[in-house]
Amino acid sequence: MIKLFSVKEKAKKDAAAANGKQQKTTAGELRVQKDISELDLPKNVSLRFPDGNDKIMNFEVTLKPDEGLYKGGAFLFSFAVPSGYPHDPPKVKCLTKVYHPNIDLEGNICLNILREDWKPVLTITAVIYGLNFLFLAPNADDPLNKEAAQMMQQSPAQFERLVAQSITRGCSIGGDYFPPCRGERSS
Amino acid sequence: MGLEGRWRDIDYLLTRQGNVVGPGFEPGPEIREFLQNDCRVLVVGAGGLGCELLKDLALSGFGNIDVIDMDTIDVSNLNRQFLFRMHDVGRSKAEIAAQRIMQRIPGVSVTAHHCMIQDKPLDFYQQFHVIVLGLDSLEARRYMNSVACSFLEYDEDGQPDLSTIKPMVDGGTEGFKGHARVLIPGVTPCFECTLWLFPPQTKFPLCTLAETPRSPAHCIEYAKIILWPKERSDDSFDADCEEHMKWVYEKALARAAEFGIQGMTYQLTQGVVKNIIPAIASTNAIVAAQCTLEALKMVTMCSTGLNNYMMYVGTDGVYTLTTPYERDEKCPICSAGVSYEVSPSTTLQQLIDGLVADPDLGKHLSAPSVSYGSTNLYMRGALEGQTRHNLEKPISELVDGEGSVIHVNDRKLVSAMKVRLKFNGTNGHMET
Ligand SMILES: [Zn+2]
Repeated sequence: MIKLFSVKEKAKKDAAAANGKQQKTTAGELRVQKDISELDLPKNVSLRFPDGNDKIMNFEVTLKPDEGLYKGGAFLFSFAVPSGYPHDPPKVKCLTKVYHPNIDLEGNICLNILREDWKPVLTITAVIYGLNFLFLAPNADDPLNKEAAQMMQQSPAQFERLVAQSITRGCSIGGDYFPPCRGERSS
Repeated sequence: MGLEGRWRDIDYLLTRQGNVVGPGFEPGPEIREFLQNDCRVLVVGAGGLGCELLKDLALSGFGNIDVIDMDTIDVSNLNRQFLFRMHDVGRSKAEIAAQRIMQRIPGVSVTAHHCMIQDKPLDFYQQFHVIVLGLDSLEARRYMNSVACSFLEYDEDGQPDLSTIKPMVDGGTEGFKGHARVLIPGVTPCFECTLWLFPPQTKFPLCTLAETPRSPAHCIEYAKIILWPKERSDDSFDADCEEHMKWVYEKALARAAEFGIQGMTYQLTQGVVKNIIPAIASTNAIVAAQCTLEALKMVTMCSTGLNNYMMYVGTDGVYTLTTPYERDEKCPICSAGVSYEVSPSTTLQQLIDGLVADPDLGKHLSAPSVSYGSTNLYMRGALEGQTRHNLEKPISELVDGEGSVIHVNDRKLVSAMKVRLKFNGTNGHMET
């Protein structure tokens, strides 16, 4: 324990001394700075900061799978990093409408490290690798798009054809139209 | 109200020596005078803990109290936030709490601030001797932590400069559990040093919510995070808006019926959406009492203080445990950082090369990136192309002059290194 105040002298602290030289940043932002400066991305992923270099809590990621069923497509994601980062995970949505068992038509993504398995030691890089993996190995056991998951399980060949067709030319599947996946925002 | 003998017990503590007094304790009547006239204490939050804290601090001799809270009084607060009455519903918690304390405890001055903690400038927080936190969110705690730690400076030997320390006392409660802790930036761990103490919120897998809900909570989460953005994408969800909450409840109820799930109520919906753990008045009272004692001890040294974290569990009897947590020497928020001397005309590239070549600092650096506050001066990775042009600029153009603190990131570092720039060169000082 240390003595901070000298009561006898009624020492009042120099109230003027708030040094303004240390620009205010939140601990969450400091951590994102570290994550971004150390990003180690696979070749098929690119990142964009629509609000400028100094607004890094929101950004967009484009992923172009280089193998697997989704090869040939390009998918746009939005990342919104909450101020509680890294205690809280980043919020990620898929902005390109895609026929995928783990992504629903609103762009919600079922990826464990984005929710139940998030740990503060994980990084933006880890999340991007997780997304990449989701396109290499879609998982019918954790469905968000149930129709796609059933198709994948019951008629893998047909599922493969539908994926290929939807991402390259676009097509309707079960009443929903999937435009070609060119890394754009589907409205 | 008779005030005769009002301070008798406090005076026993403040005017007599003892075996457990703190270092440098000098008993005498001046201490109480200081408490009543000169000492400034800020209470952050005027909710369940805040009401208790204000009452306890005022009755312990603190004469000048400020309280800040952005919330207004809700009818559900009245069972434990005892400074408020039915007719106060809808009014500012900070303002009503301040009024009630001054009515009930003569001689105390309480100043209310009905606003967000982020709305106040650093100078506001600078004026207090001690800050007591009665908050319910980690986010607000982290913010106050960054404020308190931003005042901290270290001397040449890497020891914290005592005159720059802004001490805080933090209380927290969740049902029958609670904690009190003492944060002396530079001396005891700050919130970021021990972020792991806060357990992550339990989250259900999205696919469980979407496909295999098994509990009312699953249905409520589904309604809020899947259905709301889908069906009401134009409105941003507000947990304090009754219509929004009812909408979520009704959607959740329909979904529960669809999956044969029992037990859905409006109250539960509120609880899940707002992540509410029922507040227990006695837990607030116990934790606030401990926090007030710590503030009193910190200011007067009449007894040795808590070292540095006390947990309280009231589920089975009363259990407390005090743990001396340790600081994280590499904490990006409260660590000393390093001083580094450069000429104002040094370019950012030269500064980076100098840091890497430095016999001490260089050990931790291979390919550093540099930020100044929110400004990313030079970032490797995704922003390399956009920030490269800064490398040729003199550092004096990029920061606010002598004493500026930059953050250096590197793969070899666990977290950002704080570097305080000292300008040398012809004028000694740099004007900006
Ligand atoms: Zn710290």
